[in-house]
Amino acid sequence: MKIVVAMSGGVNSSVVAGLMAREGHEVIGVTLQLYDHGAAVGRKGACCAGQDIHDAKRVADRLGIAHYVVDSEARFKQSVISAFADSYAHGQTPVPCIACNQHLKFGDLLEMARDLGADALATGHYVQRFEGPNGAEMHKAVDESRDQSWFLFATTRAQLEYCRFPLGGFASKAEVRAVAVEMGLAVAEKADSQDICFVPAGTYADVVEKYRPDALAPGEIVSEDGAVLGAHQGIARYTLGQAKRLPNEAAHMVVKRIEPGTRRIIVGPRGVQSTTVKLRDVNWLVEPGEMRADVKLRARDTLHKGLIMPQGSGATLLLDEPALAAPGQAAVFYDGSRILGGGFIV
Amino acid sequence: MIYLDANATEPLRPEAREAALAAMDTLGNPSSIHAPGRAARKILEEARETVARACAARPADVIFTSGATEANALAIHALGDGRKLLIGATEHDSIRAAAPEADIIPVQANGTADLAALEALLKAHPNALVCLMAANNETGVLHGIEAIGALCAAHGALLHVDAVQAIGRCNQDWLALGAASFAISGHKFGGPMGAGALILRRGLEIKPLTRGGGQEQGRRGGTPPLPAIAGLAAAIGKPYPAAQIAVLRDEIEAFCIAQGAVALGAGVPRLPNTTSLALPGIRAETQLIALDMAGLAVSAGSACASGKLAPSHVLEAMGHAALAGQAIRVSLPWSATSAAVEKFCAAYAAMAKRALRAAAALA
Repeated sequence: MKIVVAMSGGVNSSVVAGLMAREGHEVIGVTLQLYDHGAAVGRKGACCAGQDIHDAKRVADRLGIAHYVVDSEARFKQSVISAFADSYAHGQTPVPCIACNQHLKFGDLLEMARDLGADALATGHYVQRFEGPNGAEMHKAVDESRDQSWFLFATTRAQLEYCRFPLGGFASKAEVRAVAVEMGLAVAEKADSQDICFVPAGTYADVVEKYRPDALAPGEIVSEDGAVLGAHQGIARYTLGQAKRLPNEAAHMVVKRIEPGTRRIIVGPRGVQSTTVKLRDVNWLVEPGEMRADVKLRARDTLHKGLIMPQGSGATLLLDEPALAAPGQAAVFYDGSRILGGGFIV
Repeated sequence: MIYLDANATEPLRPEAREAALAAMDTLGNPSSIHAPGRAARKILEEARETVARACAARPADVIFTSGATEANALAIHALGDGRKLLIGATEHDSIRAAAPEADIIPVQANGTADLAALEALLKAHPNALVCLMAANNETGVLHGIEAIGALCAAHGALLHVDAVQAIGRCNQDWLALGAASFAISGHKFGGPMGAGALILRRGLEIKPLTRGGGQEQGRRGGTPPLPAIAGLAAAIGKPYPAAQIAVLRDEIEAFCIAQGAVALGAGVPRLPNTTSLALPGIRAETQLIALDMAGLAVSAGSACASGKLAPSHVLEAMGHAALAGQAIRVSLPWSATSAAVEKFCAAYAAMAKRALRAAAALA
């Protein structure tokens, strides 16, 4: 087969490229240049490409495969960074990696792979894909501590058909690194990447401020009955259920609501959990329908049992037990190891 | 593999390879006073005389450099001192990066310099250094140095010409046309990489960028790259089959247009070997990768050292912003054959058909 491999320059995707080449496929390595590295680290004259692109090229050389760098800066800025800042300005807590997977990796890159006549797109995500009786199925990674299925719920069924995730079956990252060593890849010992790739130094608030200064404008912290308890330095610094960055007057309280219009943070006693959660832009990896499932409401979260009721392009979730559901985060539905679908919390 | 990326680098000419190998086997530094030093110096000075003859200049006015990036930077550093810099909108990065404060001379939609705009700029800054390229690296469009030289002379401005793509393919006597200096690079006409030259108007004095040991009569410090210089001299002035190359280029262009491509910068005088072909709706990267996978080497815009393609500033300056990210550059080498053209056309047709079909399916 002719396979496009999304190569970030890290260990995971490098091993994927190596595995695909070893299986005898015609491998085309592509690295998406997502942002100007020189500008991101604030060093004048630094190359627009960071060490990661250089590493990806060296891996491709080592494996003897073709490698290309594709400029996705404009797209990334608009679909990921600017959307990230907008979400905070709306009082939500975004997940930029989901937007990147959706628009860049399984959007533009997948489209390019098709244009090139490739048979599949392989990535280094930790998730498993099986051929089921009704088409491709997405399952959690064997190594649950590495599982990335929550970040991939928005992959459509058509995209899933076209994708390959060779690392989903690995028992551990150590095993992946061992393969990298065996293949003689210089990136074998490279550190894992950070949480948000476009915030290499400083905090995410700096990025938000650049795009949406209004999200970092000061405002009031008030109690549920309207009493002003203190001031804050921007609603982007808060998320639902947060207890940090609250004044002494609000000790033992948590954020109950964020009001972007008035820039007010509403606090109250602990207990922001609810049993009814509204979802938008739900993506189904099975035939849509009312069903019971296990639901994950944050990247690192325990499972909550509940009933999913589809409504137009969204859904309403009725949880058996109350749970914290922060707007902007994802609610992903599972049946055992299988991902059924998911949506964004409204 | 079919190589159609001559504007990035021309294939080495056999004479150049021979001369470079011989120079590599010559012991001695041209600055040394002993016999081996004299042998090396002989190679260097004979190369200088050959280059001077080919450029209608005096040997003393030929300064060897590491390439055209350095030659352009040296011209701007030395001739631009105390002068307002005016550079063309479609200049190569080696000019643009060396003149960040320059005013930009716009180009017309066909890619040639806007002479009325240049005249207005010269009226405002008569004491300027004007930098305009003889031929553009992406489109092959020729600026018409004769008229530009006359304008500069009339206003008392100096003119520096980046002749990198033109020399060997479309020679002109740039000094006689009014240039104070022009830059060349050996590997763009079949020499090895690593040597270029700045050619000066008779007697023009310049201050160096690097002093070092005072080589090149104190105008460019550092031991000269003798093998690359010997190769450059062996390649310069060699016969170039311009008419045949133009026929092959025109065949490619007509074929690609029939597949849905748009030729940018066609219709004005340009290099015989270059065509800029946009395929509306298909990213240049996708086209390049598909052609590379099919064994065809072409390029697009100007690639960063990372290999990332930036949207072409040349095509944007020509008003083709919408197509700037969708154009590839085909530049035929001196050794191009009609068999290569046939293979290119077959691969281009397959690529265009598949990409346009995939794009239509998504739309």
